[in-house]
Amino acid sequence: MSVARKRLVYAARRLGQAAPIVFGIIVTNFFLLQLAPGDAADVLAGEAGSATPEYMAMLRERFGLDKPVATQLFYYVKNVLLLDLGFSFRHNMPVLFLILERLGPTLLLMGATLVLSVGAGVSLGLLAATRVGSWRDTMISILAIVSYATPLFWVGLMLIVAFSLKLDWLPATGMESVGMFYSGWERFVDIARHLVLPAVTLSLFYMALYTRLMRAAMIEQAGMDYVTTARAKGLTEGRVTFHHILRNALLPVITMAGVQMGNLLGGSVIVESVFGWPGLGLLAFQSLFARDFNLLLGIFLLSACLVVIVNLLVDLFYTFLDPRIEVR
Amino acid sequence: MKEFAGRFLAHRGAVLGGTILALVLILALAAPVAFPGDPFQRVGESFEQPLGPFLFGTDSLGRDVAAGVAHGARTSLMIGLVATVIAVVAGSAVGGFAGYYGGILDDVLMRTTEFFQTIPTFVFAIVLVAVLSPSIGSIVVAIATVTWPPVARLVRGEFMAMRNREFVQACIILGMRDTAIIFREILPNCLSPIIVTGSLMVATAILIESALAFLGLGDPNVMSWGFMIGSGRTFLRTAWWLCAIPGLAILLTVLSINLVGEGLNDALNPRLRNR
Repeated sequence: MSVARKRLVYAARRLGQAAPIVFGIIVTNFFLLQLAPGDAADVLAGEAGSATPEYMAMLRERFGLDKPVATQLFYYVKNVLLLDLGFSFRHNMPVLFLILERLGPTLLLMGATLVLSVGAGVSLGLLAATRVGSWRDTMISILAIVSYATPLFWVGLMLIVAFSLKLDWLPATGMESVGMFYSGWERFVDIARHLVLPAVTLSLFYMALYTRLMRAAMIEQAGMDYVTTARAKGLTEGRVTFHHILRNALLPVITMAGVQMGNLLGGSVIVESVFGWPGLGLLAFQSLFARDFNLLLGIFLLSACLVVIVNLLVDLFYTFLDPRIEVR
Repeated sequence: MKEFAGRFLAHRGAVLGGTILALVLILALAAPVAFPGDPFQRVGESFEQPLGPFLFGTDSLGRDVAAGVAHGARTSLMIGLVATVIAVVAGSAVGGFAGYYGGILDDVLMRTTEFFQTIPTFVFAIVLVAVLSPSIGSIVVAIATVTWPPVARLVRGEFMAMRNREFVQACIILGMRDTAIIFREILPNCLSPIIVTGSLMVATAILIESALAFLGLGDPNVMSWGFMIGSGRTFLRTAWWLCAIPGLAILLTVLSINLVGEGLNDALNPRLRNR
């Protein structure tokens, strides 16, 4: 079997293994829905302002809430598998469409964060590891340790204070300037300017993580036999570092980046709330206050699926990076 | 014990972290004495500047920020500790039984652990607290539910390594019951990594708790740092210290815990230091 064919089989198998997890999450969602105080009818009746018993009973019947729990579970799972994630009462739209609408900005934020955090983390780790014990190393390590301990929402707010309120270099909230209706290149620049602060905020923590990981990995690799061989062959220090050590040290960092995908989604809830970035995280935050649990759980389900897919992609990417890893 | 202390104190970061943490602990313990009464009570004019009549100024409703910081320390530390203890106990139990018995039990327990690890942690915590209505109890439960999987994996690994050692086999031959072997023989030997992981988990728990409080999911009857930052957010332009000061408190506390955790790691694992 060719390697490409093996990869497809592996991907299919992994997706098959992920199915029970997704199913488990759907069932968990359902039980969480049951745990919430009141039910959909209570919420809907509350917002409509009227709550005669007949109205509530009619609502319950319409949304199938008066059937036994097992039947409800069956209908819920069936609906989810048919991509019907329910209806959001507050937004008056099906949950699925609402989520798909907001998915783009979140993916943009996560992508920018990934690039920034991995890029900065790898570079700083490299800088630190090539001069172990020097001032440069100590400074970078201190920066990493402090960034790792900083709460996301606080750093976002402080960056807003510094760069938007005091210096007025960058916009404070939102994804696009209100009322300007840019298009083409101007729109691109506008969105990019709005993206800077949120992406930097979200990246700080992960950058710290990757810096320390990269530094440790490079120090470990530098002690390996093949490095001694490379030096004995007469290669320059630069070539040994960039062509040999770097590639091997990247592997744990990439693994960690994949593992952190789930946490990145959680972090985006906070960052999007702070910066008003119109993505899934802000939607989750808003749904909390509308007590729109249906929407919240739909976002939860989608983020879990996203994590599963990304884990798979990272594993496949791994096989490209390290030819020693066999696709089983 | 003396050697342990010596190795710990040789780590400058750990000493710094320990000092800061001790100060935070003292502040938390002294809060009801130094700032008696309810931190939510109004003590003066709104938006007093820091370093005036009140050390850290007052917030939008005239509440003393310093009192809030002190009482918030109690909340954060307590929630962090309790949630971590629960997570460590639960994780160790799961990991211990999985590692010791192996077989189907191991499979089932590990699938469960993987399931919890795949779910995005913070989103799950939000969902749990939202569904269970925000209160200290629900926050502790949510944080513990979200942070136990790594402990389970760690303990399972340790147990699997120890399972076939001679001292365990001797215990089995002696006729010791399984639970006695697990809790009195193997577990004490695994304590070092559990302690290190646990100490780092307290920091994570404090970060999660403050993030939940910031989003408005904290216990409304309890003063917490996240809540202070959340309520000070709308006044960022004029009174930015309302957000800066509690945030610094969180930063210093989490930083000190991380440093202490690293110091513990170096002290309890001396063989790794000489690499």
